[in-house]
Amino acid sequence: MLRRRVIPCLLLKDGGLVKTRKFSNPMYVGDPINAIRIFNEKEVDELVVLDIEASKIRKEPDYALIEQYASECFMPLCYGGGVRTIDQARCLFSIGVEKICIQTGALGGISLIRSLAEQFGSQSVVVSIDIKNDWLGRQRMYASSMAKYHSSNWQEYLEQIECAGAGEIFLNAVDRDGEMNGMDLELIRDVVCKVKIPVIVAGGVGSLSDISSAFKVGASAVAAGAFFVYHGTHRAVLITYPTHGEINTLIEDTHD
Amino acid sequence: MLSGSFSGNEQAQRVYGFWVDPKIVEERVITILDYGMGNLGSIRNMLNKIGADNEITADPLRLKQAKKIILPGVGAFDAGMRRLRESGLLPILNEQVLHKKIPVLGICLGMQLMTEGSEEGTLPGLGWVEAHTVRFNLPVDSKLKVPHMGWNSVKLCKTSPLFKDSEVERKFYFVHSYFVRCRNKDDVLLHTEYCYCFDAAFEVGNVMGVQFHPEKSHRYGMSLMKDFSEL
Repeated sequence: MLRRRVIPCLLLKDGGLVKTRKFSNPMYVGDPINAIRIFNEKEVDELVVLDIEASKIRKEPDYALIEQYASECFMPLCYGGGVRTIDQARCLFSIGVEKICIQTGALGGISLIRSLAEQFGSQSVVVSIDIKNDWLGRQRMYASSMAKYHSSNWQEYLEQIECAGAGEIFLNAVDRDGEMNGMDLELIRDVVCKVKIPVIVAGGVGSLSDISSAFKVGASAVAAGAFFVYHGTHRAVLITYPTHGEINTLIEDTHD
Repeated sequence: MLSGSFSGNEQAQRVYGFWVDPKIVEERVITILDYGMGNLGSIRNMLNKIGADNEITADPLRLKQAKKIILPGVGAFDAGMRRLRESGLLPILNEQVLHKKIPVLGICLGMQLMTEGSEEGTLPGLGWVEAHTVRFNLPVDSKLKVPHMGWNSVKLCKTSPLFKDSEVERKFYFVHSYFVRCRNKDDVLLHTEYCYCFDAAFEVGNVMGVQFHPEKSHRYGMSLMKDFSEL
């Protein structure tokens, strides 16, 4: 049967690998290519690489770097950051990226999702949605490149992006990001039951049982950054990934 | 690698310091067909990693002399067939595969194009295999999602030079919303299970097709590519 996926998520800024907490204070972790090589050797299920400033400062994806990353990956690579046009997407697919993750581009207009899905197939289009609690504790859609809440109702937005042809949702619980204190399981459950397409969830993984819990509430895949890049209470940089035996145990626990 | 004779008018390629006749494709070279669809770079990467000589080409001259062919493909069925037709390579491809019996490996959409047609589109397929491409029709109450996306294990259905070690457990990366249904059970090489059991690969003489992406399946893909390169 299809296995659930465990996916390292790497954040890029200025060509360097960084890690954030609650989507703020990016801390430099190292050279992305080293991390990518290690993850490839560990035979990770998939890899997500997100350039967190590309949309903010409206810059083009760094194709030369991304091509280098793709050449190190013998597993699927998903790239996100600054993708707004079909031509950019075409270029990314031609250099070895399997999937494209968009957020700002989609918030600017659902038609981008539709065009990408028609040209390249839904399976290559991942739409990312960040959810953050506002000061009243309400879960609101967050446009991270602009660092502000978006007015759309996230439940309606989910329906729209699925209708437009998105192949997967990448759901981030902003307040849990980098904290390694557990995922927002209620949010995950709410999102998963609203869509028929796979949902990759991120934000808060601090242990293997966090991953298992997310699978149990229906996540098709769990992405993690801090958990695979830091070790111990002092957050020493160490690239890790569960063994295949450990992942098998997590998946078996899900009784799929 | 020095060629025989070639006239000054023929275009020669400079390879490793030797001039070679572009019409001669070395025996060991795997030709990755570029018809505008598919992650050619990824396939080349894996072949390079395992030390299998390869080239990406859309050149009819090179295709005519190909000794082994990979037909990649990502995207929609009709778009794939249209591109193949527009490339002008179809007659040579058919000649190579159907008459010269050159080994050919179709990957993902490439495998589906080898069938007679697909529920995804209206154009006829290559018809190299007695099979049709159909959509996953999951029960309404199913918790499973389409596309079938992720790692899944496969079961070997017959002996094959592509899977020399029959005992090994294998898993590959799949991403597709349509799958192939072979009419002859004997053509099926691999089964996998997603809601129901379906054909993950076929092998009919020199024509092979895999639904998954070996170039994105780590050691399992490398093993398959290695066996293909040694055919």
